[in-house]
Amino acid sequence: MNVFDIVGPVMVGPSSSHTAGAARIGLVARALLDEEPARADILLHGSFAKTWRGHGTDKALVAGILGLMPDDERLRESLGLAQRAGLEIVISETVLEGAHPNTALITLTGRSGRTVSIQGASVGGGNILVSRVNGMEAALTGQYTALIVLHRDAPGTIAAVTEELGLHGVNICNFRLARREKGGTAVMTIEMDGAPAPALNGRIAALPNVLSSTMLAPV
Amino acid sequence: MSTLKFHSIASLTEAAKAAGRRLSALVLAQQAAQLEQSEQEVYETMRRQYAVMAEAAASGSAPGVRSASGLSGGDAWRMLEAQRGGAILCGGLFTDAIAKALAISEWNAAMGRIVAAPTAGSCGILPAALLAVQEARGLPERDCVMALFTAAAVGMVIADRACIAGAEGGCQAECGSAAAMAAAALVEVCGGSPEMLDAAVSIALANQLGLVCDPVAGLVEIPCIHRNAAGVAGAITAAQLALAGVSNRIPADETILAMKRVGDAMPASLKETAEGGLAATPTARRLYEQVFGPQKAH
Repeated sequence: MNVFDIVGPVMVGPSSSHTAGAARIGLVARALLDEEPARADILLHGSFAKTWRGHGTDKALVAGILGLMPDDERLRESLGLAQRAGLEIVISETVLEGAHPNTALITLTGRSGRTVSIQGASVGGGNILVSRVNGMEAALTGQYTALIVLHRDAPGTIAAVTEELGLHGVNICNFRLARREKGGTAVMTIEMDGAPAPALNGRIAALPNVLSSTMLAPV
Repeated sequence: MSTLKFHSIASLTEAAKAAGRRLSALVLAQQAAQLEQSEQEVYETMRRQYAVMAEAAASGSAPGVRSASGLSGGDAWRMLEAQRGGAILCGGLFTDAIAKALAISEWNAAMGRIVAAPTAGSCGILPAALLAVQEARGLPERDCVMALFTAAAVGMVIADRACIAGAEGGCQAECGSAAAMAAAALVEVCGGSPEMLDAAVSIALANQLGLVCDPVAGLVEIPCIHRNAAGVAGAITAAQLALAGVSNRIPADETILAMKRVGDAMPASLKETAEGGLAATPTARRLYEQVFGPQKAH
Protein backbone atom coordinates (compact mmCIF):
# COMPACT_ATOMS: atom_id res chain seq x y z
CA MET A 1 0.00 0.00 0.00
CA ASN A 2 1.17 3.53 -0.67
CA VAL A 3 -0.14 7.07 -0.12
CA PHE A 4 -1.88 7.10 -3.51
CA ASP A 5 -3.99 4.08 -2.56
CA ILE A 6 -5.44 6.28 0.19
CA VAL A 7 -5.37 9.73 -1.43
CA GLY A 8 -6.35 8.35 -4.82
CA PRO A 9 -7.13 7.09 -7.33
CA VAL A 10 -8.19 10.03 -9.43
CA MET A 11 -11.41 8.80 -10.98
CA VAL A 12 -14.73 9.75 -12.46
CA GLY A 13 -17.43 9.19 -9.82
CA PRO A 14 -19.65 8.14 -8.25
CA SER A 15 -18.33 4.80 -7.00
CA SER A 16 -14.88 3.26 -7.08
CA SER A 17 -16.36 -0.20 -7.56
CA HIS A 18 -19.29 0.66 -9.85
CA THR A 19 -17.48 3.12 -12.10
CA ALA A 20 -13.67 3.06 -11.74
CA GLY A 21 -13.54 -0.74 -11.44
CA ALA A 22 -16.05 -1.18 -14.27
CA ALA A 23 -13.96 1.02 -16.56
CA ARG A 24 -10.91 -1.11 -15.81
CA ILE A 25 -12.78 -4.33 -16.68
CA GLY A 26 -13.71 -2.72 -20.01
CA LEU A 27 -10.06 -1.76 -20.55
CA VAL A 28 -8.90 -5.35 -20.06
CA ALA A 29 -11.49 -6.59 -22.59
CA ARG A 30 -10.38 -3.98 -25.11
CA ALA A 31 -6.70 -4.78 -24.60
CA LEU A 32 -7.36 -8.50 -25.11
CA LEU A 33 -9.30 -7.86 -28.32
CA ASP A 34 -6.37 -5.75 -29.52
CA GLU A 35 -8.31 -4.10 -32.38
CA GLU A 36 -11.21 -1.66 -32.89
CA PRO A 37 -14.35 -3.26 -31.45
CA ALA A 38 -17.48 -3.32 -33.63
CA ARG A 39 -19.84 -4.81 -31.08
CA ALA A 40 -19.95 -5.28 -27.31
CA ASP A 41 -22.36 -7.65 -25.60
CA ILE A 42 -22.39 -6.85 -21.90
CA LEU A 43 -24.07 -9.04 -19.28
CA LEU A 44 -24.41 -7.58 -15.78
CA HIS A 45 -24.76 -9.65 -12.63
CA GLY A 46 -25.63 -8.90 -8.99
CA SER A 47 -25.25 -5.34 -7.77
CA PHE A 48 -24.06 -4.35 -11.25
CA ALA A 49 -27.38 -5.64 -12.65
CA LYS A 50 -29.40 -3.91 -9.93
CA THR A 51 -27.81 -0.46 -9.88
CA TRP A 52 -26.01 0.08 -13.19
CA ARG A 53 -28.28 2.91 -14.31
CA GLY A 54 -27.82 4.94 -11.13
CA HIS A 55 -24.06 4.41 -10.96
CA GLY A 56 -23.32 4.88 -14.64
CA THR A 57 -21.75 1.40 -14.75
CA ASP A 58 -22.77 1.07 -18.42
CA LYS A 59 -20.95 4.30 -19.29
CA ALA A 60 -17.86 3.18 -17.37
CA LEU A 61 -17.70 -0.26 -19.02
CA VAL A 62 -18.16 1.26 -22.48
CA ALA A 63 -15.54 3.92 -21.72
CA GLY A 64 -13.07 1.16 -20.90
CA ILE A 65 -13.98 -0.72 -24.08
CA LEU A 66 -13.24 2.51 -25.97
CA GLY A 67 -9.85 2.65 -24.26
CA LEU A 68 -10.61 5.53 -21.87
CA MET A 69 -8.94 5.46 -18.45
CA PRO A 70 -11.09 5.64 -15.26
CA ASP A 71 -10.10 9.30 -14.73
CA ASP A 72 -11.03 10.44 -18.26
CA GLU A 73 -13.93 12.89 -18.04
CA ARG A 74 -15.21 11.71 -21.43
CA LEU A 75 -16.36 8.60 -19.51
CA ARG A 76 -19.68 10.38 -18.95
CA GLU A 77 -20.32 10.69 -22.69
CA SER A 78 -18.99 7.24 -23.59
CA LEU A 79 -22.31 5.97 -24.98
CA GLY A 80 -22.39 8.83 -27.49
CA LEU A 81 -18.71 8.31 -28.29
CA ALA A 82 -19.42 4.61 -28.95
CA GLN A 83 -22.24 5.48 -31.30
CA ARG A 84 -20.03 7.86 -33.25
CA ALA A 85 -17.28 5.23 -33.38
CA GLY A 86 -19.72 2.70 -34.84
CA LEU A 87 -19.56 0.48 -31.76
CA GLU A 88 -22.81 -1.38 -31.16
CA ILE A 89 -23.61 -1.93 -27.47
CA VAL A 90 -26.04 -4.51 -26.12
CA ILE A 91 -26.52 -4.55 -22.34
CA SER A 92 -28.58 -7.15 -20.47
CA GLU A 93 -29.01 -8.24 -16.89
CA THR A 94 -28.29 -11.82 -15.95
CA VAL A 95 -27.52 -14.21 -13.12
CA LEU A 96 -24.05 -15.79 -13.12
CA GLU A 97 -24.06 -18.58 -10.55
CA GLY A 98 -21.50 -18.08 -7.81
CA ALA A 99 -20.10 -14.88 -9.29
CA HIS A 100 -18.98 -11.85 -7.24
CA PRO A 101 -21.84 -9.31 -6.78
CA ASN A 102 -20.18 -6.75 -9.07
CA THR A 103 -19.57 -8.88 -12.14
CA ALA A 104 -19.71 -8.12 -15.85
CA LEU A 105 -19.38 -10.64 -18.67
CA ILE A 106 -18.22 -8.81 -21.80
CA THR A 107 -18.02 -10.28 -25.28
CA LEU A 108 -16.30 -8.04 -27.81
CA THR A 109 -16.37 -8.55 -31.55
CA GLY A 110 -13.67 -6.76 -33.48
CA ARG A 111 -13.85 -5.23 -36.95
CA SER A 112 -12.15 -8.39 -38.26
CA GLY A 113 -14.87 -10.59 -36.75
CA ARG A 114 -12.56 -11.88 -34.01
CA THR A 115 -14.25 -12.21 -30.62
CA VAL A 116 -12.97 -12.23 -27.06
CA SER A 117 -14.94 -12.64 -23.86
CA ILE A 118 -13.98 -11.86 -20.29
CA GLN A 119 -15.74 -12.20 -16.98
CA GLY A 120 -14.54 -9.60 -14.52
CA ALA A 121 -15.53 -8.48 -11.03
CA SER A 122 -15.04 -5.12 -9.39
CA VAL A 123 -13.83 -6.18 -5.97
CA GLY A 124 -13.62 -2.82 -4.15
CA GLY A 125 -11.72 0.46 -4.26
CA GLY A 126 -11.49 0.28 -8.06
CA ASN A 127 -9.65 -3.05 -7.90
CA ILE A 128 -10.73 -5.78 -10.30
CA LEU A 129 -10.35 -9.49 -10.83
CA VAL A 130 -10.86 -10.98 -14.28
CA SER A 131 -11.80 -14.58 -13.54
CA ARG A 132 -12.49 -15.90 -17.04
CA VAL A 133 -11.02 -15.27 -20.47
CA ASN A 134 -12.85 -16.90 -23.39
CA GLY A 135 -14.67 -19.14 -20.93
CA MET A 136 -11.52 -20.44 -19.30
CA GLU A 137 -10.46 -19.66 -15.75
CA ALA A 138 -7.99 -16.83 -15.38
CA ALA A 139 -6.78 -14.50 -12.64
CA LEU A 140 -5.99 -11.00 -13.81
CA THR A 141 -5.93 -7.94 -11.56
CA GLY A 142 -4.89 -5.33 -14.13
CA GLN A 143 -2.29 -4.11 -11.61
CA TYR A 144 0.67 -5.79 -13.30
CA THR A 145 1.85 -6.41 -16.83
CA ALA A 146 0.28 -9.74 -17.75
CA LEU A 147 0.59 -12.45 -20.38
CA ILE A 148 -2.39 -14.51 -21.55
CA VAL A 149 -0.91 -17.56 -23.22
CA LEU A 150 -3.25 -19.89 -25.09
CA HIS A 151 -1.51 -23.20 -25.70
CA ARG A 152 -1.86 -26.93 -26.29
CA ASP A 153 -1.92 -28.91 -23.07
CA ALA A 154 1.42 -30.64 -23.69
CA PRO A 155 4.32 -31.49 -21.33
CA GLY A 156 7.02 -28.85 -21.00
CA THR A 157 4.98 -25.92 -22.28
CA ILE A 158 4.81 -24.09 -18.95
CA ALA A 159 8.53 -24.74 -18.37
CA ALA A 160 9.36 -23.30 -21.80
CA VAL A 161 7.31 -20.14 -21.16
CA THR A 162 8.63 -19.52 -17.66
CA GLU A 163 12.19 -20.26 -18.74
CA GLU A 164 11.87 -17.61 -21.47
CA LEU A 165 10.68 -15.13 -18.82
CA GLY A 166 13.48 -16.11 -16.45
CA LEU A 167 16.09 -15.70 -19.17
CA HIS A 168 14.94 -12.10 -19.61
CA GLY A 169 15.08 -11.40 -15.89
CA VAL A 170 11.30 -11.25 -15.50
CA ASN A 171 9.86 -12.16 -12.11
CA ILE A 172 6.41 -13.81 -12.03
CA CYS A 173 4.14 -12.60 -9.22
CA ASN A 174 0.95 -14.51 -10.10
CA PHE A 175 0.49 -17.61 -12.22
CA ARG A 176 -2.64 -19.52 -13.13
CA LEU A 177 -3.24 -22.44 -15.45
CA ALA A 178 -6.60 -23.69 -16.70
CA ARG A 179 -7.55 -26.20 -19.35
CA ARG A 180 -10.75 -27.50 -20.81
CA GLU A 181 -9.60 -31.12 -21.10
CA LYS A 182 -6.39 -33.15 -21.00
CA GLY A 183 -4.42 -32.62 -24.20
CA GLY A 184 -6.80 -29.86 -25.32
CA THR A 185 -6.46 -26.10 -25.23
CA ALA A 186 -5.16 -24.53 -22.05
CA VAL A 187 -4.54 -20.96 -20.92
CA MET A 188 -1.85 -19.51 -18.68
CA THR A 189 -2.40 -16.12 -17.07
CA ILE A 190 0.87 -14.73 -15.82
CA GLU A 191 1.29 -11.46 -13.95
CA MET A 192 4.83 -10.03 -13.79
CA ASP A 193 6.74 -7.45 -11.74
CA GLY A 194 8.16 -4.37 -13.41
CA ALA A 195 7.64 -3.52 -17.06
CA PRO A 196 8.76 -6.46 -19.25
CA ALA A 197 9.68 -5.56 -22.85
CA PRO A 198 6.79 -5.94 -25.35
CA ALA A 199 9.13 -7.94 -27.62
CA LEU A 200 8.98 -10.76 -25.07
CA ASN A 201 5.41 -11.45 -26.18
CA GLY A 202 6.55 -12.42 -29.69
CA ARG A 203 9.17 -14.78 -28.28
CA ILE A 204 6.55 -16.51 -26.11
CA ALA A 205 4.13 -16.76 -29.06
CA ALA A 206 6.83 -18.48 -31.12
CA LEU A 207 7.44 -21.26 -28.57
CA PRO A 208 6.32 -24.83 -29.42
CA ASN A 209 2.69 -25.63 -28.53
CA VAL A 210 1.85 -21.96 -27.92
CA LEU A 211 -1.21 -20.97 -29.97
CA SER A 212 -1.24 -17.28 -29.09
CA SER A 213 0.17 -14.88 -26.53
CA THR A 214 -1.17 -11.47 -25.55
CA MET A 215 0.66 -9.00 -23.35
CA LEU A 216 -1.51 -6.64 -21.30
CA ALA A 217 -0.18 -3.44 -19.80
CA PRO A 218 -1.52 -2.51 -16.33
CA VAL A 219 -4.87 -0.71 -16.53
CA MET B 1 15.91 7.82 10.39
CA SER B 2 14.60 4.28 10.56
CA THR B 3 12.00 3.08 8.09
CA LEU B 4 8.58 4.51 8.77
CA LYS B 5 5.89 1.84 9.27
CA PHE B 6 2.18 2.48 8.95
CA HIS B 7 0.91 0.16 11.69
CA SER B 8 0.20 2.72 14.41
CA ILE B 9 -0.38 6.44 14.81
CA ALA B 10 1.87 6.38 17.90
CA SER B 11 4.88 5.14 15.92
CA LEU B 12 4.32 7.90 13.35
CA THR B 13 4.04 10.70 15.90
CA GLU B 14 7.07 9.34 17.80
CA ALA B 15 9.10 9.30 14.58
CA ALA B 16 8.09 12.91 13.87
CA LYS B 17 9.01 13.92 17.42
CA ALA B 18 12.37 12.13 17.30
CA ALA B 19 13.22 13.70 13.95
CA GLY B 20 11.94 17.12 14.99
CA ARG B 21 10.20 17.38 11.61
CA ARG B 22 6.68 17.47 10.31
CA LEU B 23 5.24 13.98 9.82
CA SER B 24 4.57 14.74 6.15
CA ALA B 25 8.30 15.20 5.45
CA LEU B 26 9.05 11.74 6.86
CA VAL B 27 6.18 10.17 4.93
CA LEU B 28 7.32 11.75 1.66
CA ALA B 29 10.88 10.49 2.16
CA GLN B 30 9.69 6.96 2.99
CA GLN B 31 7.26 6.84 0.06
CA ALA B 32 9.88 8.06 -2.41
CA ALA B 33 12.11 5.17 -1.31
CA GLN B 34 9.24 2.66 -1.48
CA LEU B 35 8.03 3.81 -4.92
CA GLU B 36 11.59 4.05 -6.25
CA GLN B 37 11.03 7.67 -7.30
CA SER B 38 12.56 10.97 -6.26
CA GLU B 39 10.86 13.01 -3.54
CA GLN B 40 10.16 15.67 -6.16
CA GLU B 41 8.34 13.14 -8.40
CA VAL B 42 6.20 11.82 -5.56
CA TYR B 43 5.44 15.37 -4.41
CA GLU B 44 4.41 16.28 -7.99
CA THR B 45 1.97 13.37 -8.14
CA MET B 46 0.41 14.51 -4.87
CA ARG B 47 0.29 18.09 -6.13
CA ARG B 48 -1.73 16.85 -9.13
CA GLN B 49 -4.16 15.07 -6.78
CA TYR B 50 -4.62 18.37 -4.92
CA ALA B 51 -5.23 20.18 -8.22
CA VAL B 52 -7.95 17.65 -9.16
CA MET B 53 -9.51 18.21 -5.73
CA ALA B 54 -9.61 21.98 -6.31
CA GLU B 55 -11.10 21.51 -9.79
CA ALA B 56 -13.79 19.22 -8.38
CA ALA B 57 -14.68 21.79 -5.71
CA ALA B 58 -14.98 24.51 -8.35
CA SER B 59 -16.96 22.38 -10.82
CA GLY B 60 -19.33 21.10 -8.14
CA SER B 61 -20.04 24.65 -6.94
CA ALA B 62 -21.66 25.65 -10.23
CA PRO B 63 -25.45 25.78 -10.57
CA GLY B 64 -27.13 22.88 -12.37
CA VAL B 65 -24.95 20.03 -11.04
CA ARG B 66 -27.16 16.91 -11.15
CA SER B 67 -26.54 13.20 -10.62
CA ALA B 68 -27.52 10.56 -13.20
CA SER B 69 -30.25 9.26 -10.89
CA GLY B 70 -31.65 12.74 -10.30
CA LEU B 71 -31.51 12.16 -6.54
CA SER B 72 -28.86 14.77 -5.81
CA GLY B 73 -27.22 17.98 -6.96
CA GLY B 74 -27.47 21.68 -6.27
CA ASP B 75 -26.90 21.67 -2.51
CA ALA B 76 -23.45 23.27 -2.72
CA TRP B 77 -24.97 25.98 -4.91
CA ARG B 78 -27.76 26.50 -2.35
CA MET B 79 -25.16 26.85 0.42
CA LEU B 80 -23.16 29.36 -1.60
CA GLU B 81 -26.31 31.35 -2.42
CA ALA B 82 -27.16 31.43 1.28
CA GLN B 83 -23.61 32.59 2.04
CA ARG B 84 -23.85 35.34 -0.57
CA GLY B 85 -27.22 36.36 0.88
CA GLY B 86 -25.78 36.51 4.39
CA ALA B 87 -28.05 33.72 5.64
CA ILE B 88 -25.16 32.04 7.41
CA LEU B 89 -25.06 30.56 10.88
CA CYS B 90 -21.45 29.49 11.29
CA GLY B 91 -19.49 31.72 8.93
CA GLY B 92 -15.91 31.83 7.67
CA LEU B 93 -13.86 28.68 7.34
CA PHE B 94 -16.71 26.51 8.60
CA THR B 95 -19.29 27.54 5.98
CA ASP B 96 -16.71 27.44 3.25
CA ALA B 97 -15.58 23.92 4.18
CA ILE B 98 -19.15 22.61 4.31
CA ALA B 99 -19.95 24.12 0.89
CA LYS B 100 -16.79 22.63 -0.62
CA ALA B 101 -17.48 19.17 0.84
CA LEU B 102 -20.97 19.28 -0.70
CA ALA B 103 -19.59 20.52 -4.02
CA ILE B 104 -17.00 17.74 -4.33
CA SER B 105 -19.41 15.00 -3.24
CA GLU B 106 -22.11 16.24 -5.59
CA TRP B 107 -19.57 16.42 -8.40
CA ASN B 108 -18.70 12.79 -7.65
CA ALA B 109 -22.38 11.80 -7.80
CA ALA B 110 -22.68 13.66 -11.12
CA MET B 111 -19.88 11.51 -12.59
CA GLY B 112 -17.33 14.27 -12.27
CA ARG B 113 -13.59 13.65 -11.78
CA ILE B 114 -12.57 13.38 -8.13
CA VAL B 115 -9.84 11.91 -5.93
CA ALA B 116 -10.94 9.03 -3.69
CA ALA B 117 -9.87 10.08 -0.17
CA PRO B 118 -9.96 7.38 1.06
CA THR B 119 -13.06 6.42 -0.97
CA ALA B 120 -15.25 8.05 -3.61
CA GLY B 121 -18.17 8.15 -1.16
CA SER B 122 -16.10 10.19 1.32
CA CYS B 123 -14.13 12.17 -1.27
CA GLY B 124 -15.31 15.63 -0.14
CA ILE B 125 -14.01 15.77 3.42
CA LEU B 126 -10.21 15.94 3.18
CA PRO B 127 -10.07 18.34 0.20
CA ALA B 128 -12.76 20.59 1.68
CA ALA B 129 -10.78 20.94 4.91
CA LEU B 130 -7.50 21.80 3.17
CA LEU B 131 -8.93 24.03 0.43
CA ALA B 132 -10.95 26.01 2.98
CA VAL B 133 -8.05 26.48 5.41
CA GLN B 134 -5.72 27.41 2.54
CA GLU B 135 -8.12 30.17 1.50
CA ALA B 136 -8.90 31.35 5.02
CA ARG B 137 -5.25 31.57 6.09
CA GLY B 138 -3.63 32.31 2.75
CA LEU B 139 -1.41 29.24 3.11
CA PRO B 140 1.09 28.30 0.40
CA GLU B 141 -0.06 25.39 -1.75
CA ARG B 142 2.98 23.38 -0.65
CA ASP B 143 1.75 23.23 2.96
CA CYS B 144 -1.55 21.72 1.85
CA VAL B 145 0.01 19.24 -0.58
CA MET B 146 2.42 18.11 2.16
CA ALA B 147 -0.48 17.75 4.60
CA LEU B 148 -2.00 15.22 2.18
CA PHE B 149 0.97 12.95 2.98
CA THR B 150 0.15 13.19 6.68
CA ALA B 151 -3.52 12.51 5.94
CA ALA B 152 -2.59 9.52 3.77
CA ALA B 153 -0.34 8.15 6.53
CA VAL B 154 -3.27 8.26 8.96
CA GLY B 155 -5.46 6.58 6.35
CA MET B 156 -2.88 3.83 5.82
CA VAL B 157 -2.80 3.07 9.54
CA ILE B 158 -6.61 2.91 9.65
CA ALA B 159 -6.70 0.66 6.55
CA ASP B 160 -4.08 -1.58 8.18
CA ARG B 161 -5.60 -1.78 11.68
CA ALA B 162 -9.30 -1.49 10.79
CA CYS B 163 -10.75 -0.79 7.34
CA ILE B 164 -11.82 2.03 5.05
CA ALA B 165 -14.72 0.37 3.18
CA GLY B 166 -18.37 0.96 4.04
CA ALA B 167 -19.18 -2.62 3.12
CA GLU B 168 -16.75 -3.79 5.83
CA GLY B 169 -17.03 -1.18 8.56
CA GLY B 170 -19.98 1.08 7.82
CA CYS B 171 -19.82 4.82 7.13
CA GLN B 172 -17.55 5.35 10.15
CA ALA B 173 -14.87 3.54 8.11
CA GLU B 174 -15.33 5.89 5.14
CA CYS B 175 -16.47 9.32 6.40
CA GLY B 176 -14.99 8.65 9.86
CA SER B 177 -11.60 7.77 8.39
CA ALA B 178 -11.76 10.76 6.06
CA ALA B 179 -12.56 13.05 9.00
CA ALA B 180 -9.63 11.63 10.99
CA MET B 181 -7.31 12.14 8.01
CA ALA B 182 -8.60 15.69 7.51
CA ALA B 183 -8.22 16.52 11.21
CA ALA B 184 -4.59 15.35 11.10
CA ALA B 185 -3.96 17.45 7.98
CA LEU B 186 -5.48 20.53 9.63
CA VAL B 187 -3.36 20.11 12.75
CA GLU B 188 -0.25 19.89 10.60
CA VAL B 189 -0.96 23.01 8.49
CA CYS B 190 -1.75 24.90 11.70
CA GLY B 191 1.62 23.90 13.14
CA GLY B 192 0.27 21.58 15.83
CA SER B 193 2.46 19.12 17.72
CA PRO B 194 2.58 15.34 17.16
CA GLU B 195 0.52 14.90 20.37
CA MET B 196 -2.11 17.23 18.94
CA LEU B 197 -2.17 15.19 15.76
CA ASP B 198 -2.88 12.02 17.74
CA ALA B 199 -5.63 13.76 19.68
CA ALA B 200 -7.23 15.18 16.54
CA VAL B 201 -7.35 11.75 14.87
CA SER B 202 -8.78 10.16 17.99
CA ILE B 203 -11.45 12.84 18.53
CA ALA B 204 -12.50 12.95 14.89
CA LEU B 205 -12.89 9.18 14.67
CA ALA B 206 -14.54 8.86 18.09
CA ASN B 207 -17.18 11.40 17.09
CA GLN B 208 -18.17 9.34 14.03
CA LEU B 209 -18.05 5.98 15.83
CA GLY B 210 -21.01 3.77 14.99
CA LEU B 211 -22.05 5.67 11.87
CA VAL B 212 -23.79 3.19 9.56
CA CYS B 213 -23.60 2.90 5.77
CA ASP B 214 -27.19 3.03 4.49
CA PRO B 215 -27.21 4.49 0.98
CA VAL B 216 -30.69 5.20 -0.38
CA ALA B 217 -31.29 3.07 -3.50
CA GLY B 218 -27.72 1.81 -3.07
CA LEU B 219 -26.36 5.00 -4.61
CA VAL B 220 -23.52 7.19 -3.32
CA GLU B 221 -25.84 10.20 -2.83
CA ILE B 222 -28.31 10.15 0.08
CA PRO B 223 -27.08 10.46 2.83
CA CYS B 224 -23.45 10.28 1.68
CA ILE B 225 -23.24 13.84 0.34
CA HIS B 226 -24.50 15.42 3.56
CA ARG B 227 -22.26 13.12 5.60
CA ASN B 228 -19.33 14.65 3.76
CA ALA B 229 -20.47 18.06 4.99
CA ALA B 230 -20.85 16.68 8.51
CA GLY B 231 -17.51 14.91 8.16
CA VAL B 232 -15.55 18.07 7.43
CA ALA B 233 -17.39 19.89 10.23
CA GLY B 234 -16.30 17.07 12.53
CA ALA B 235 -12.72 17.27 11.28
CA ILE B 236 -12.54 21.01 11.95
CA THR B 237 -14.05 20.52 15.40
CA ALA B 238 -11.55 17.79 16.25
CA ALA B 239 -8.58 19.78 14.95
CA GLN B 240 -9.73 22.87 16.85
CA LEU B 241 -10.08 20.92 20.11
CA ALA B 242 -6.68 19.29 19.64
CA LEU B 243 -4.99 22.61 18.78
CA ALA B 244 -6.45 24.03 22.00
CA GLY B 245 -4.66 21.26 23.88
CA VAL B 246 -7.74 19.10 24.43
CA SER B 247 -7.18 15.36 24.51
CA ASN B 248 -9.93 12.76 24.60
CA ARG B 249 -7.76 10.48 26.80
CA ILE B 250 -8.14 7.50 24.44
CA PRO B 251 -5.07 7.30 22.14
CA ALA B 252 -5.84 7.33 18.40
CA ASP B 253 -4.64 3.74 17.95
CA GLU B 254 -7.15 2.48 20.51
CA THR B 255 -9.93 4.50 18.90
CA ILE B 256 -9.06 2.92 15.55
CA LEU B 257 -9.33 -0.55 17.10
CA ALA B 258 -12.64 0.44 18.70
CA MET B 259 -13.85 1.52 15.27
CA LYS B 260 -12.95 -1.89 13.88
CA ARG B 261 -14.78 -3.71 16.66
CA VAL B 262 -17.86 -1.53 16.21
CA GLY B 263 -17.74 -2.23 12.47
CA ASP B 264 -17.43 -5.98 13.04
CA ALA B 265 -20.44 -5.85 15.37
CA MET B 266 -22.59 -3.99 12.84
CA PRO B 267 -25.18 -6.12 11.06
CA ALA B 268 -24.78 -6.55 7.30
CA SER B 269 -27.97 -4.54 6.73
CA LEU B 270 -26.07 -1.43 7.88
CA LYS B 271 -22.96 -2.00 5.76
CA GLU B 272 -23.65 -0.70 2.25
CA THR B 273 -26.30 -3.29 1.39
CA ALA B 274 -29.04 -0.64 1.33
CA GLU B 275 -31.22 -2.93 3.46
CA GLY B 276 -31.27 -0.92 6.69
CA GLY B 277 -31.15 2.56 8.17
CA LEU B 278 -32.29 5.38 5.89
CA ALA B 279 -32.26 3.01 2.90
CA ALA B 280 -35.12 1.01 4.47
CA THR B 281 -37.46 3.97 5.03
CA PRO B 282 -40.70 4.25 3.02
CA THR B 283 -39.42 7.33 1.21
CA ALA B 284 -36.16 5.59 0.32
CA ARG B 285 -38.14 2.67 -1.14
CA ARG B 286 -40.17 5.14 -3.20
CA LEU B 287 -36.99 6.85 -4.42
CA TYR B 288 -35.58 3.43 -5.33
CA GLU B 289 -38.58 2.81 -7.59
CA GLN B 290 -38.33 6.31 -9.00
CA VAL B 291 -34.75 5.60 -10.12
CA PHE B 292 -34.88 1.92 -11.03
CA GLY B 293 -38.54 1.43 -11.92
CA PRO B 294 -41.21 -0.53 -10.06
CA GLN B 295 -39.43 -3.68 -8.98
CA LYS B 296 -38.74 -5.42 -5.73
CA ALA B 297 -36.77 -3.05 -3.52
CA HIS B 298 -34.06 -4.59 -1.36
